[in-house]
Amino acid sequence: MALLTVEGITKRFGGLVANHDISFAVEQGEIVGLIGPNGAGKSTLFDVITGYYRPEAGEVRFDGHRLVGRRPDQVNRLGVGRTFQKLRPFHAMTVLENVMVAAMQHQAVPSAARREALSYLEFVELADKRDSHARDLSTGQRKRLELARAMATRPRLLLLDEVTGGVDQRTIPTLVQLIGHLRGQGLTLVVIEHNMRVIMSISDRILALHLGEVIADGPPSEVVKERRLIEAYLGDAFVVPSGERLPSGESSRGNA
Amino acid sequence: MATGGVAAPAARRRLAGVLLLLLCLAALAFPWVDRLPYHRDLVIRVFLYAMLAQAWNILAGYCGQISLGHAVFFGTGAYASSVLQMRWGWNPWVGLGAGIPVAVALSMAIGYPCFRLRGHYFAIATIAIGEIIQTLAINWDFIGGARGLTLPFQKDSLLAFQFHTSKYPYYYIVLALLILCLLVSWRIERTRLGYYFRAIREDPEAAQSVGIPITRYKLIAMAVSAAFVSAGGSFYAQYVLYLDPDSVLPLSLSILICLLAVVGGVGTLWGPLVGAALLIPLSEFTRIQFGGTGRAVDLLIYGALLTLVAVFQPAGLVGLLGRRGRP
Amino acid sequence: MLIIPPPDVLVQGILSGILMGFVYALIAAGLSLIFGLMEIVNFAHGEFLMLAMYTTFWAYALFALDPLVSVPLSAGVLFLVGWLTYRGIIRRILGGPMLAQIFATFGLAIFLRAGAQFLWTPDFRQVSRAWVQGPVRMLGVSVGLPQAVASVACLVAFGALYWFITRTETGVALEATAQDRQAAELMGINTERMFALGWGIGAACVGIAGAFLANFFYVFPHVGSLFALIAYVTVALGGFGSIPGSLVAGVIIGVIEVLGGLLIAPAFKYVAVFVLSLVVVLLRPQGLFGKF
Repeated sequence: MALLTVEGITKRFGGLVANHDISFAVEQGEIVGLIGPNGAGKSTLFDVITGYYRPEAGEVRFDGHRLVGRRPDQVNRLGVGRTFQKLRPFHAMTVLENVMVAAMQHQAVPSAARREALSYLEFVELADKRDSHARDLSTGQRKRLELARAMATRPRLLLLDEVTGGVDQRTIPTLVQLIGHLRGQGLTLVVIEHNMRVIMSISDRILALHLGEVIADGPPSEVVKERRLIEAYLGDAFVVPSGERLPSGESSRGNA
Repeated sequence: MATGGVAAPAARRRLAGVLLLLLCLAALAFPWVDRLPYHRDLVIRVFLYAMLAQAWNILAGYCGQISLGHAVFFGTGAYASSVLQMRWGWNPWVGLGAGIPVAVALSMAIGYPCFRLRGHYFAIATIAIGEIIQTLAINWDFIGGARGLTLPFQKDSLLAFQFHTSKYPYYYIVLALLILCLLVSWRIERTRLGYYFRAIREDPEAAQSVGIPITRYKLIAMAVSAAFVSAGGSFYAQYVLYLDPDSVLPLSLSILICLLAVVGGVGTLWGPLVGAALLIPLSEFTRIQFGGTGRAVDLLIYGALLTLVAVFQPAGLVGLLGRRGRP
Repeated sequence: MLIIPPPDVLVQGILSGILMGFVYALIAAGLSLIFGLMEIVNFAHGEFLMLAMYTTFWAYALFALDPLVSVPLSAGVLFLVGWLTYRGIIRRILGGPMLAQIFATFGLAIFLRAGAQFLWTPDFRQVSRAWVQGPVRMLGVSVGLPQAVASVACLVAFGALYWFITRTETGVALEATAQDRQAAELMGINTERMFALGWGIGAACVGIAGAFLANFFYVFPHVGSLFALIAYVTVALGGFGSIPGSLVAGVIIGVIEVLGGLLIAPAFKYVAVFVLSLVVVLLRPQGLFGKF
């Protein structure tokens, strides 16, 4: 049975339909890339899965539990971790404290939480920054901090919102490598990503959203050929001939 | 307390320990060294307000929920012990104990719906609730209405919570309350509770994403805070032996409580005490200098200080002392 | 426990409630305008109103200017007060912690109130021989002429404010700044000036309301507190940042205040207002007309 199943999720904001009848499943140990132009409804979908938004229709199941109607903290305690597109570290706390807070879910005693938090900081190579304040980190460092914080809750499924967005080119390989290590630890991942080169290389499967609907779902090699996806990204005036590679997303789109 | 500059952490910790011990000894010895009743009264009020400000700090400073209606819990404590005593002859200590669960229950009733409101809305809701409760108290004859309650004189005894020949016991009771409140805060800072509170203050949604049930923890902060403020209210009623809605429930009291903590240093262990130690005597001083309460010079200074601290020194006056590390 | 008053008393009550509601609406509109621009609540709004009333009172006491004449003066003085508050204080706490945002203006409120008491004593003062006095008959019932004048004037000022925001170039620039500061800057709007202007106009609203209130209300250092409280709940009820919301909420609150006083007991009229507003805000946290 799939670890995560999304069944017919519809989420509206007033007249705007952010997610329309979205269904898919994620198997244990899979890495699923979630792509789509800005406003496709990717982050909204994460917010629905993790309990920040209540959908108008549909159900989300994780490991046999229904998630719709649960609060975000309850969803997290069931084993779903997440990062935010607009990074949200605890600014006035140190790097170590940021991760400790998350680790305290399983380690109530601060000294034990500190040890566990340090191991995650080492994993994301931020241990030397442990006493810095979160607000003093670079964007790439904050991304890694959020990753460590999400991992410290010991999730089985991680939802990563824009791993490389706003990060300078040289740091990207480090982040890609980290994701590889996460898979090695048996984690299941759903990753929102705009950098096509990155998403194609790390994903087992790609799920493409456009205007709130799933327009493609399959292995990377097949999804690239999907005509609707190319149209979604480039507009139907210009269609890339088959066989040619898609441009890397971030060069053509200025993502905030 | 970063007086050592480059001193090693262990040495600094020892220094801090020695200073703390001296401070405690000074507080214990004070009434025997300085026997002026006027000074003793002043210090009693410094301790009381420091305790109230620290209790507010647990909710607002650590957990980030800015209540502007804490007088409600002060009034609850003051009225609970007094009404129980006057109507049914309860012992004031029992009354103090009975006031706490009432205040906690009230704080839950206020907090549960209002914690869904954010920032400014929460602050405004607590002001409105404070006004509602004050009006109700003014119009409720059973608890004395606008005339208030005058507690009956009794013979000196610890059991009766009244001391007329020597006021020393009042001093030690309020000192004990203050120390207890500081100890609880110190403990909170060092346990999961404190970490969760700060995470909620920094970013409630991110806190939820790491599994923190934020409403539950906000309610815990509110309950602890209300319990101490209520105990302070009961103490006040026994100390002054008179209370009315204008003295134990006004918005100005709620604001004074916040003001002391913010000026001293919000979210810190020593800030509220520093704030109270500076501002309460200042108020006395200006009253002597300018006579009566008519000219409001103390409030003039309070207001200016509050704005200056909020704009230029959000860490409060203690933030000026030691920039690195918490005390 | 409800006391049902005779119909003519009820009509008179509701009418005076609506009239007072227009005054509340203008005060709340100033508060809401500022919040809409930068998500900061001006906790010194009531003290701004107090300054307006003193301005009007002193213009009358020292220069024999009738409150109706000092309306522009009071509006101008308050515009300056608002502008300076932004330049001196608010500019420095934009984007700062919630605590700083709340207590910066709270401190100012305490300072202004204490300052008024220091300079002008806590005495209650009033404009004793104003041009407009006595009752007037409206819709078959009798209401105070000063109240009626204040009400109509505030409604007109409210209309002018709404026209300014929606129809003039500066007003549209203000609205654009409120929507999205960065986008407004890209469009070449000087948002810094817009913020200062917003504070100026927000304060000028109470400048106008205060001048008319001085016609029939005592002037004393604490006079702002009550109006400020009503303004906060008005804005919360109408929806922070919504100007039309303040008009509707102002009238609702004016009427509830009178009905609460008539049907329950005069002492409970503000309790009725606060309870109702709390219930609405708890059920609908964005208020009646709020956007989010």
